[in-house]
Amino acid sequence: MKIIVLIKQVPESQATRMDEATGTLIREAASSVINPLDLHAIECALLIKEAAKEKCEIICLSMGPPAATKVLREAMALGVDHGVLLSDRAFAGSDTWCTAFTLAAAVKKLGLPDLILCGERATDGETGQTGPAMGAFLDLPVISFVSSIEQIAGGWRARRMLEDGYETVEIDGPALACVLKEAAVPRLPTLQGKRLSRAKDIDVMSAQDLGVSQDDTGLKASPTRVVKIFRPSHLKKCEKLPAMDPAQAEKAVDRVVCLLKEKGLI
Amino acid sequence: MSPKAVWILAEQREGKVADVSYELITRGRELANQRGTDLCAVILGDNLSDAELQTLIDRGCDRVLHASAPELRHFLPEPYDKCLQALIVKEQPEILIAAATSTGRTVMPCVAGALRAGLTADCTGLQIEADSGNLLQTRPAAGGNIMATIKTPERRPQMATVRPHSTRPAPSSTGRTGRIDRWLPPADLLKSRVRRVDFTPAAETQAIQDADVVIAVGRGFKKADNVELARKLANVLNGAVGASREAVDRGWLPYPAQVGLSGKTVSPKLYIAVGVSGTVQHLAGMQTSETIIAINSDSEAPIFNYAEIGLCGDLFTLLPMLTAKIAAAKQS
Repeated sequence: MKIIVLIKQVPESQATRMDEATGTLIREAASSVINPLDLHAIECALLIKEAAKEKCEIICLSMGPPAATKVLREAMALGVDHGVLLSDRAFAGSDTWCTAFTLAAAVKKLGLPDLILCGERATDGETGQTGPAMGAFLDLPVISFVSSIEQIAGGWRARRMLEDGYETVEIDGPALACVLKEAAVPRLPTLQGKRLSRAKDIDVMSAQDLGVSQDDTGLKASPTRVVKIFRPSHLKKCEKLPAMDPAQAEKAVDRVVCLLKEKGLI
Repeated sequence: MSPKAVWILAEQREGKVADVSYELITRGRELANQRGTDLCAVILGDNLSDAELQTLIDRGCDRVLHASAPELRHFLPEPYDKCLQALIVKEQPEILIAAATSTGRTVMPCVAGALRAGLTADCTGLQIEADSGNLLQTRPAAGGNIMATIKTPERRPQMATVRPHSTRPAPSSTGRTGRIDRWLPPADLLKSRVRRVDFTPAAETQAIQDADVVIAVGRGFKKADNVELARKLANVLNGAVGASREAVDRGWLPYPAQVGLSGKTVSPKLYIAVGVSGTVQHLAGMQTSETIIAINSDSEAPIFNYAEIGLCGDLFTLLPMLTAKIAAAKQS
């Protein structure tokens, strides 16, 4: 069995993790980390591997600058067998269509696996589109919003979190699953895992290695264009009301009721 | 010749048109008017009634295109993808917008992938660019800290998913007429390697992303029993109860209630954050709410920077008082 987990490096936002080996908090200011939901995808792969009767290989695949080897190395410290990085200036500026196309080309090179896992979305772009779009290029059924997944005879059983409840689906054959936080609790890297990961190679593949042309990857090939980026301000001038004693509390609550009336909310 | 039509992907549950479809009509109608073209709703399902389909026309569509088959009763990734693709290839709409729901966010990237169309996720603003006639799609990214406007200059259709509750549902008006077309997809488009085997409705009666009012429970509640105080307030406001990550991790509320980067993004009309300090991750999931009110005992909590009114005090006093006063205000 083969599982490919797609991971992305994203800017860190106040994330802190415990280093099991030293018992200290890892805090790397302004550095890149594995997209948080991707850690849950990696954990799902590891759990499937541990539960499988057959031999199982887990490959982590990422696309990004050369520095993204760091997140692949982190994934390998958790128990992932191989890391593959797609890195080439030709990929720069890819939108979700081009990113999905390029990643799918790599999956074809690596050989179609039994399962592709990814996080539901990344914390930087927040599109959640790259995973599902790959389904189109690889002719795989896309199982989105996955809150648990397990292997069954001939395929997979997954639970999906929908707006109005949980749906269970069964899939015949290979699938692409986009997982939520609920799918598994990520483990921490062990000292031994870290040591082993340092000895492993990370394959770096270019556009040429993949046979992907400039017509299909990078900024120029992307169907979408960013016209402008701006910073909205959600900061409000807060009307802060002290409500420590009963009289203050009463007054403050009356003010809230008044606001709700003004806004037609009650 | 007028430009090709604007399409919306309407959704149904158990044969009833889902409310989010009417929000899409509000968006689509505006775009169709600006482009001087027709608005068509595509809806996949199992033999919806004419009366149900007519509601889409009553609220502003010129045409309804209903792909009907037992296999389309519930969302299944492959038949939904293949049927939608087939309709687009046949009719070549200029624009296709869907709701950023579990269905829209799954089927749209598949279709856009196959058709090499540009797709923008979770938009909160859509308009037509004056000179080019292109669709300008504005969306929040990086937890709402950045807004980006995106267009698809060449490829068609221009596709976007729209954040639910980012606009009002289109009102119904009587006497509107339109065409209803039913299409029975051929069997090869309905093949599915995925089977739906079970469905368990959510424990909470209302999903937080569908609610106009969300009461968020944070660590300040101290224990699970106290969540009842938030439920009471939610009841008088017809709202839903959401939670910070801390409250979910402690098991006070289930994961579907979690608001934030690793949970859901909501933008209700009213968000009352109670005992929620307002971490960057939590703010990312709610800062686009219309009105935010914060209740916290720590007057320096970051949540206050995002609130219109902030009450610095004990939630165990303030919450019951607020619930009672709102109930009284509604009575009078």
